[in-house]
This record gives sequence, C-alpha cells and structure tokens, in this order.
Amino acid sequence: MGDYKFAKDKLAEVVGALKDYEVFAPAAVGDVLRFKEVEDASSVSFDFKNTNVPPKELMFPETETLFKFRVGKTDIEPAVPDESKKRLVFGIRPCDAMAYTIVEKLYSWDYPDPYFEKRRESSVLFGLACSEPVPNCFCTSLGGGPGSEQGLDALMFDLGETVYVKTITDAGDTVAKAMGLEAAADAEKKAAAAQEKDALGKIKRSIDTEGIPEKLPSLYDHPFWEQFSDRCLSCGICTFLCPTCHCFDIQDEMEAFDGRRARMWDTCMFPEYTLHTSGHNPRPTRKERTRNRISHKYSYFPEKFDVIACVGCGRCINYCPVNIDILDILEKSKQAEAKEAKTA
Amino acid sequence: MMDESNPYLPYIVNIEDAWYETPVGDRAVKTFKVNFKDEKVWDTWSHKPGNCAMVGRLGIGESMFCISSSPTEEGYLRFSIMQAGKVTSALHDLEAGDTMTVRGPLGNSFPMEEWEGKNILSIGGGIGQAPLRPVINYVRANKDKYGNLSVLYGARTSDLHCFKSEFQEYQEEGTECHLAIDIEEEGWKNFVGFVPDLLLDVAPSPDNTIAVTCGPPILIKFVTQGLERLGFTADQIYTTLEERMKCGIGKCGRCNVGSLYVCKDGPVFSYATLKEIPEAFA
Repeated sequence: MGDYKFAKDKLAEVVGALKDYEVFAPAAVGDVLRFKEVEDASSVSFDFKNTNVPPKELMFPETETLFKFRVGKTDIEPAVPDESKKRLVFGIRPCDAMAYTIVEKLYSWDYPDPYFEKRRESSVLFGLACSEPVPNCFCTSLGGGPGSEQGLDALMFDLGETVYVKTITDAGDTVAKAMGLEAAADAEKKAAAAQEKDALGKIKRSIDTEGIPEKLPSLYDHPFWEQFSDRCLSCGICTFLCPTCHCFDIQDEMEAFDGRRARMWDTCMFPEYTLHTSGHNPRPTRKERTRNRISHKYSYFPEKFDVIACVGCGRCINYCPVNIDILDILEKSKQAEAKEAKTA
Repeated sequence: MMDESNPYLPYIVNIEDAWYETPVGDRAVKTFKVNFKDEKVWDTWSHKPGNCAMVGRLGIGESMFCISSSPTEEGYLRFSIMQAGKVTSALHDLEAGDTMTVRGPLGNSFPMEEWEGKNILSIGGGIGQAPLRPVINYVRANKDKYGNLSVLYGARTSDLHCFKSEFQEYQEEGTECHLAIDIEEEGWKNFVGFVPDLLLDVAPSPDNTIAVTCGPPILIKFVTQGLERLGFTADQIYTTLEERMKCGIGKCGRCNVGSLYVCKDGPVFSYATLKEIPEAFA
C-alpha cells in the first residue's frame, strides 16, 4: 500500500477534507478522554497517550437499542444501525484496534451480530503509533506493539512536525487520497521505523503467556486467587474500561407507550451478573468473579477462539482503585502449584 | 430457524391454551401451548428435544426455557414455566388468546440419533421434567428405533407433579413408570422418598441404556452418584444445566461454565463432559 505524509499543523485541514465520512477522534469529555464524533476539525489533537475509555464504544455502545415496540402492539421495529455513511476512526492506538480483531471473533461467531458488524464494516481505522508508551503497557507480550498494524487500515506516526501515514488496506488508501495527502519520502519511513524501535524499548512490563491458557483451569480451587480478590471492590472498572471485555445485559425500557429492548455493557465483577432467580449464585464472591475474569481472558476465550482476550493496554492496572495488577495475577498463577481440579 | 440476519428479534406467538400443572400460587407451574402468529414460520422452524428458547413479553423481558414439547408433536410448541421472578410472573398473567414472544430454537439438543437402539431411562424431579418430556415423547413416537423406555419422576407432593395425566398414558402404553413423593400422603400407593432413593429402589440395569436426568442441582448430583453406583458410566448419563442468560447466542457472557456457554454449547451435557469442568456444579 501507499506511503503518505502531511504537516502536523495541517491536521485540521486533513481531517476537515473528509466530507463523506463521520470522523471519530479522541476528545475530552469533562475529565475523561474518549472517542467522539468530530464537530470541529481544529479540535483534533495527537497530544494524548491513550483514551481513558477504549474506542470499543464505537462498535458496541454503552447502551444501544436492539428494537422498538409499542404497548399493546406486536410489531417489532429493528434498530440495526444504518451505516450508509462511512466512519473514520482517527487516532486509535494499535492495542485498541487489535482489540477489535479479538472481539469480532465473538460477535461473528455462529450467530453474527448485525449491530456490531454493521458498525465494524463501515469503519475505517486510522491508527496512531505510540511514541510514548505508558508505564503499564505490555502490548508486546500479546503480539501487539507500538507500531502494530493489526485491524488497522492505516497507521500514522507523529514525527514532530510531520505525520507519516502508512496505508495498509485499500480502504485506508482511499481515505488517504481523499485527505489529499502527499507522498512520503524515505526520510519519513526511516524516522517512523526509528520511532517504533525507540518506543519498543520503552515498554517495561511483560508476561510470558506460554502455558497460561492450559494451566489456569487446574488452578480452579487454588487459594492464590484470594490474594487478589480479597481487596477487590467489585467496582467493575477493569471490565468497563477493557477494550476486549464485551459482556452485556439486555433490558426492556418503557417511556409512556413507547418501548425498547436495549443492551448495555455489563460486568462479570457484579454479583447480579450470574444471580439466578432462585437466589443461587454460581459466582457468589469476589474470588469466583476474579477467577472468571482472568480465566475468561487467558484460558476460556483462547480455547474457543485461539487468541487471548487481552491486548496489554494496561487500563485495568491503571484504573483499579485498589491496585490489582493483572500481570501480578498471571505471574502468581505461573508460580502456583497446580492442584487436581475438583469436581462435585 | 430464527431470523438469521438478526438473532435478537423474537417471533410473536399466540397462546392457544394455558393451564396450571400445579396448584395456583407461589412457584406454580403453568404450561403454555403456543402457535406462531405468522404460521409461515413453521416452514423454517425445526427443533429437537433439549432445545431451548427465549420466552418473554415485550416491555418486561425474556428468559430462557426449554421447549417442553417434542418436535413429533406438530403444529404447536409447549413451554412449562414456574413462577419465580419478574418475567415468569408476567408470563403467568397471560391466558389463551394473549400473545408472547419466542426467540429460538437455541442451544444444543439430546443426541437422539446417537441413542437409537438403546434403552432410555428418564429421571426427573419437579419442573425438571420439562426438558425430559420432549425426550420421552420423541421416543414414544419412534418406538421402533429405541429399546425400552422407563420413566422415574418425583416431586415434594403429588399436587406438585407436573404432567400428571401423561404418566397415566405412559403406563397404559406399557412404559415402565415410577412416581415418587418426598412426604407421606394419605392414599399414595407409590414410592415415598427422594428421587435418588427411588432410583436405587428401582435399580435399573445400565446395559445398553442411556440415563437422562433433570431437576434441582441437588437431585442431579445424587442421581448421578446413584447411577454410577448402579454401574452407569459417565458417558451413559446426560443432564441439562441452567444459568442466568440474556442473549442466548453465546455473546453476552454470563452463562459460561469454564469455556462452555450453557446457552449455546448446552444446555445438554454428558456427565463425561461435566466431570472435566470444575465450575459445572458451582
């Protein structure tokens, strides 16, 4: 594919040139940085490490309507998004783009999910390579990296005054052309490669995942889980802000005679998540819930889809109010002596 | 099959008949006999014993229930539902002539083809008979394909037996049928005791036999132990699991036991499979 560049002070013009696209880019909403539809191209900036809220919300919103109905009527009006307009996700970090490639395995599994797929198919992803990874980044342990291209249509490198754009897919190339970008020279390519090498050296945390998916089930009854679950508050932030966490609840809502069935993010860290109507709860305490969160990401998901459901973005570590560290849990799991899995 | 382009959209069904299996009140069981509002759905609908469906009401929600009729009972679906929470209470308010929603068929099914030529032993307790009923009726409708059918069933009291008149039919057909109640009652001539005790009392032979059991978790646990004592191997024993569910199609996450989603990989599991999953009996 192509190699392009633009002067960084022309960022607003480049983004503003895209009339046929809905452009989404990181924006501050109060204290929170998250992806928002760009209304004013001059507000787009590369001055961020990563968004607090991962851009998973662009593919599966916090709350979305599945269908609508009216009281007393049996007509059901589906609310599948009409994505006739192309969407450009501008400035997504490589880890978050890689997360889409993981989550879409689940959403396209057997019963394709039209809500997720419509949005995913109509989205072009312009990634922004990381030059300054944050202290808890460990993407390289999961097959990603500051310049990973997985899931992306184009990858941008902020080289200071110039932005180098490497297009990866036809869709990415089409957008680059629509932006009116000029061709890059060898100098930009070399600078990008040097920046990537430098960024790789700044990733300080890692985990050797070899053997973890196979070993975790044997640690089902191991007391080491309690070292972490004992201080867990069940707040769920590790899951809500995880780019690969995809679990949802479904609720009916009424407003006068208008009703909708909606789905919303849910979390395996809440007791209600698995609570039976009978009162029985298969995961009654934080121990079972912590174990399920880690086991789902590092054992159950790879068993089904051949990939670990974690991209090493570090958000669950950065935002945990009681400093529970997934790498610490994984290291402890490797040291833990496997016990015989207990059955009923 | 349901709308392949959108697995979240339910069918509207008309309730043709509805009746209580057990006395009206707390935790009563009500059976609904339903038909699709759009009868053309039957052209593409196909389910097997063990399959489930999301049953609900618009504006209230939906919950997962087994389809308690066999595909050999044509022209309708049956659901037998115990009143327990929000959705089931709202469903119990419905009568013949009302509509509800059905989304399905979902989940796996009992491997009826694999079991051809074998004896089928059904062991149920309480509302746990609902997923066993389609197995029994499927075998009754395909008598030449299976060996002997025997049915063991119990509930706390005789009032709480579901599908009462049907056990009579089984017996009249010559099906071996053993009924139990937990507590002594005047006039009760059959077994008194828990279903696992009934099983050991009847002591069926494991030779060329598949045992299917469903009931409260405690029943499944002790019936399984009883079957092993009688010489049944883990791959001769089948049960169904239940967990809280929302999507029913393996996406919303909550119904997993280990790496298996009960909604999609289940609800039917052999004991041989479940033995390997520590969370299966959590």
